[in-house]
Amino acid sequence: MKVGVKVMPRDVVLDTQGRAVEKILNQSGHAVETCRVGRFIEIDLPVKDRQEAEQKIKTMAEYVLYNPLIEKYELVFHD
Amino acid sequence: MTKEVFKNKPEKKVGILRFLGTNCDRDIWTAVESVEMKPEWLWFEDHFDSSDYEGIIVPGGFSYGDYLRAGALAARTPAMESLREAAQKGLPILGICNGFQILCESGLLPGALVENESRKFVDEWSELQLENSKTSFAKEMKSGTVIQLPIAHGEGRFYANEEDLKKIEDNGMVWWRYKRNPNGSFNDIAGVTNQSGNVAGLMPHPERALFGWMTGNQNAEVHGLAFFSSLG
Repeated sequence: MKVGVKVMPRDVVLDTQGRAVEKILNQSGHAVETCRVGRFIEIDLPVKDRQEAEQKIKTMAEYVLYNPLIEKYELVFHD
Repeated sequence: MTKEVFKNKPEKKVGILRFLGTNCDRDIWTAVESVEMKPEWLWFEDHFDSSDYEGIIVPGGFSYGDYLRAGALAARTPAMESLREAAQKGLPILGICNGFQILCESGLLPGALVENESRKFVDEWSELQLENSKTSFAKEMKSGTVIQLPIAHGEGRFYANEEDLKKIEDNGMVWWRYKRNPNGSFNDIAGVTNQSGNVAGLMPHPERALFGWMTGNQNAEVHGLAFFSSLG
């Protein structure tokens, strides 16, 4: 089962990448309110049960995939 | 007789922990030798016995190519398990630049190091003030001392949430502060320690300021060696 982990910088953390992209978009005539840049991690697990997959991915997220001081994450399932 | 005693005296060893992508490690080797201790390489894939060492240094560089987050992957290697045990035993541990990032990622030091506010890599000499001399490193210097050290980083902006920042300030865990903030670090923080002061990290590079010639001026006053000599 493939599970996606969407990792985004916390709102209180200055997102320098997002700010740079936002500036270019606005400069080029693509009006945007805000833009934030995160990362998407896709993991293929040897598991079929969704609940079990969720548990395993959460453990991995907390182990290394995100840093709770500066980032937040959510799981994305492609059902 | 004196000679015999000297011969049997154990050598004071300092471990230098290397990852793939570490740099500045040979400079630190030279620094340790210059203060008459014996440097020894430690490898990230191996556990080590911390009782062999006076202290451990985690150099800078780009371990694991800074993938995921700077220091994140390196912080979860076997050698770091040994380092964590060493920290608990009170062994002096110093992380420089990427080493500082690794120590923060491993939870041995508070806070996180995020991308510079300017989004630019900064590479320059920086003026720093010593805030707290009660650490295992540079303890011969007095609080308030101002020195210059080179900085070279893209992700050196010290970040901590309000609660952690208060704890860091209130408990005297700020080690060095920039006189002129080069990266947007909270409270101008260039280096911090853990609560007991045996684990310390800083973004500037003392190993790049060991001798006058490293500044381009043979006679310049430099302070890099002081970071290593206090281990002895």
